[in-house]
Amino acid sequence: MGQPAASPAIAALRERIARLEGGPARNRATLPFGVASIDKVLPGGGLALGALHEVAGGRNGAIDGAAAALFAAGVAARTKGKVLWCVTRQDLFAPALAQAGLLPGRVVYVEAGDEASVLACFEEGLRHGGLGCVVAELARLSMTASRRLQLAAETSGAIGIAIRRWRRQTEATDFGQPTAAVSRWRVTALPSRPLPVPGVGRARWQLELIRVRAGESADFEVEACDDKGRLALFSDLADRSPKARPGPVRALG
Amino acid sequence: MLGRQGNRRLVLAVDAAARAAGLRVGIPASKAQVLVPNLQSFDLDASGDAAGLDRMALWSLRYAPIVAADPPDGLIIDTTGADHLHGGENAMLQGLVSRMAASGIEARVAVADTWGAAHACARFLARPTFVAPLGQAPSIVRNLSIGALRLAPEIVEGLHTLGFERVGEVEAAPRASLTLRFGPELGRRLDQAMGRRGEPFEPIRSPDLIEVRRPFGEPIGAAETIARYTGKLVAALCEALEAKGLGARRLDLLFHRVDNRIEAIRAGTAVPVRDVKRLTRLLTDRIETIDPGFGIEVMTLAATLAEPFGSKQIISSQVEGPEPDITDLIDTLANRIGEQRLYRFAPVESDVPERSVRRVAPSAPDDGTSWPGEWPRPPRLLGHPEPIETMALLPDHPPVWFSWRGIRRRVMRADGPERVFGEWWQRDAELIAVRDYFQVEDESGDRFWIYRAGDGEDPETGSHKWFLHGVFA
Repeated sequence: MGQPAASPAIAALRERIARLEGGPARNRATLPFGVASIDKVLPGGGLALGALHEVAGGRNGAIDGAAAALFAAGVAARTKGKVLWCVTRQDLFAPALAQAGLLPGRVVYVEAGDEASVLACFEEGLRHGGLGCVVAELARLSMTASRRLQLAAETSGAIGIAIRRWRRQTEATDFGQPTAAVSRWRVTALPSRPLPVPGVGRARWQLELIRVRAGESADFEVEACDDKGRLALFSDLADRSPKARPGPVRALG
Repeated sequence: MLGRQGNRRLVLAVDAAARAAGLRVGIPASKAQVLVPNLQSFDLDASGDAAGLDRMALWSLRYAPIVAADPPDGLIIDTTGADHLHGGENAMLQGLVSRMAASGIEARVAVADTWGAAHACARFLARPTFVAPLGQAPSIVRNLSIGALRLAPEIVEGLHTLGFERVGEVEAAPRASLTLRFGPELGRRLDQAMGRRGEPFEPIRSPDLIEVRRPFGEPIGAAETIARYTGKLVAALCEALEAKGLGARRLDLLFHRVDNRIEAIRAGTAVPVRDVKRLTRLLTDRIETIDPGFGIEVMTLAATLAEPFGSKQIISSQVEGPEPDITDLIDTLANRIGEQRLYRFAPVESDVPERSVRRVAPSAPDDGTSWPGEWPRPPRLLGHPEPIETMALLPDHPPVWFSWRGIRRRVMRADGPERVFGEWWQRDAELIAVRDYFQVEDESGDRFWIYRAGDGEDPETGSHKWFLHGVFA
C-alpha cells in the first residue's frame, strides 16, 4: 500500500480485503514509473506486476493506438525478459519502439489474424512465466475474458497490457464497460510546448488514470517516453536551465 | 519414352519438344519414329520411376503427415489440418509448385474434398494450381469429361461409344445397366469422386523413421483416453530418441480409425526437443481437431524430423539467473497459428523506412543491433503511404495545412526535411528518386509523418505530391 496505515485496525482490515481478493499467493511487486506524482497515486507505488492493465488512446488514438503503443512499449522496456506483442494485423514500426527503449531483440510479434486468436495467444503468453511483459491489441474485451487474463497474469507475474483500439471513433465508448483489469489508462496527445527555434519538441501526453483497483483515478500531464522508456513530468522552461532539456534532435515522437 | 504394352511398343511419355512435333502418348513407336526423324527415344524405366515417386512422397512429408505415392505420376497428400502451417491452401500449393519447379519438375496440384475429386481437378483444371471450395467438389467434377474418373481406358472408350461425355451424364444414367455392362469399377470410382464412399490409402513411411505404435484391443474414442495414450507414446518416443541422441523437430501422430480412415496431428518445434511434458502438450493441444468416428484402433507417433540433440550443461550464476527459455511458448503458438505469423523484427541498413525492417524467426540469434535513433520514427506505419492534399512552399518548407481522410489539419509545428534517397541498386526507377520527410504537429497535438515525393526543385526526382506515411503519438 502506498500510504502508511493510519491505525493497526485499518491495516488489519486492508490485509483481510487483500486476502479476499486474491489469496496469499498474489504477487505484490510493482514496477514504478519513476515519476513521484504518478507512483504516489498507484497502490504499491507503481504498476502492479502479475496483473492486467488496459491502455487506450484518446481522440484519434482510439483508432491508431499510436500513443498507447508507445506507452506500452515504455512499460515493457522497463521490465526484464522477453516481450510478446500480439496483434490482429501488423502495422507497428519497430524502430519507433526501439526509440522508446524496447530493443528489437526482445520483442516477439504474433500476428494472430483475428481477435479470438489474439486473446488465446495473450493468455498463453501470460500463463507462460518466462516473459516480462505481454502486450495485445484488442477491440473487445469482455469481463470473462479479462478475468481469465488477470488470473493467468497472477500465476506468472508478467505484466499484461491490453491496448484497446477500435475501428471507428464511436466504438470507443466500449472503454466504459467494466473489465477485471487492475488499472485503466487513457493516453491523449497534447500540443507540445513551443521551442525557442522552429521545430517539434518532445511529445507531451495527457495521461488519465481512469480506474485503478484499490486506488483513486487521477490525471497527469507528462512528457512521452524517452529512450529508456521513462516518462517525465513537464516543468516550465523558466524553472530549469535550457541546457538540461533535450534538444529537438533528441526528441521522440 | 518408349515401353511395351502387351506385344506392342508404344510411346508412353513425351516432353514439351516432342509434343510440339506432334507426338502423343499412346501412338505406336514406329509411327513416332516416322513422324520425327532422328527421334531420341529411351526405354521407360518403370521401377526407377516408382522409386523416384516414392522419394518425392517422402519429401512431401514436409507438407502434411499423410502422404502416399499414386503411380504412375501422382502424389496424394492429405492436407486436412495442415494448410494453416504453410499460410493457407493457396500459398501452400504455390509453394509446392515453385519448389518442384526449382528441381525441374513441372507439377500441377489441386485441393478438393476427396482424393478422386482432387485427382480429377489436378489433371483437368489445375493451371498449375486449383483449389476447389469446400463442398463444391461434386459439382465441379460433374462438369469434367469422363476421363477424370480414373477408369480403365476400355471403359472410357465404351462410355464414349454410348455417347457419354461428362461425369454428370454418367451419374444421372441408371446405375444398374451401366454396372452390368462395365462392371462395378465405374460405380465405385463415381462414388469415390463424389465423396459417398471412403477411399483409404497406406501412407508412406521412411524406413529409418523413429516410430512408436500402440494398438488397442477395444477401439478408443474419448478425448481423455487419447490424451493419456498420447502421453505414453511420447514417453516411449523420447526414450527411443534418447538412445539415438536425437531431438524431435516435427512429430506426426496418426490415428487409424476402425473404418480405415486416418486422422493426424502434426506438431513442429523451433529447436530439437526431447522433453516428454512439452511434446505431449503440443500434441494434446490439438486433440479437439480429431474426429474419432467409430473409434481408434491404432495410434502411431513418429518423429518425422529429428536432429542431433546433445546434453547441455546449465550455466548457473549467483548474480543473475539465465534468461528464461521461451521456445516452448513459441512452439505452442506456432502450432496454433502458423510458424510464419510469429516473428521478430531485425534492422536492415536502409534509409527507406519500409525497407529498414525485416522479419526473422523468433528463435534467431539476437545480435543486439538496433536502428540509428537520431530521427523520429512513428510507431504506426501505414502499409501504403496515403496521398494527402496540402499547401506548401517549395522547395523545403513543410505544409501550412494538409487534409487526410477528409479531415483538414493546420500544421502548428514541423521538423524536417529528412531527405531519403532512392536506392539505385534496387531498382532503376529509384536512380534519382528522393523523398523529403517531415514530422508535423497539428493544433490538437497529434503528430504525423508526411513526405513529399521529389526534392521540390527537379521534377525528375519525384512527382512533388505529398503522402502521409505514419502516425506519431
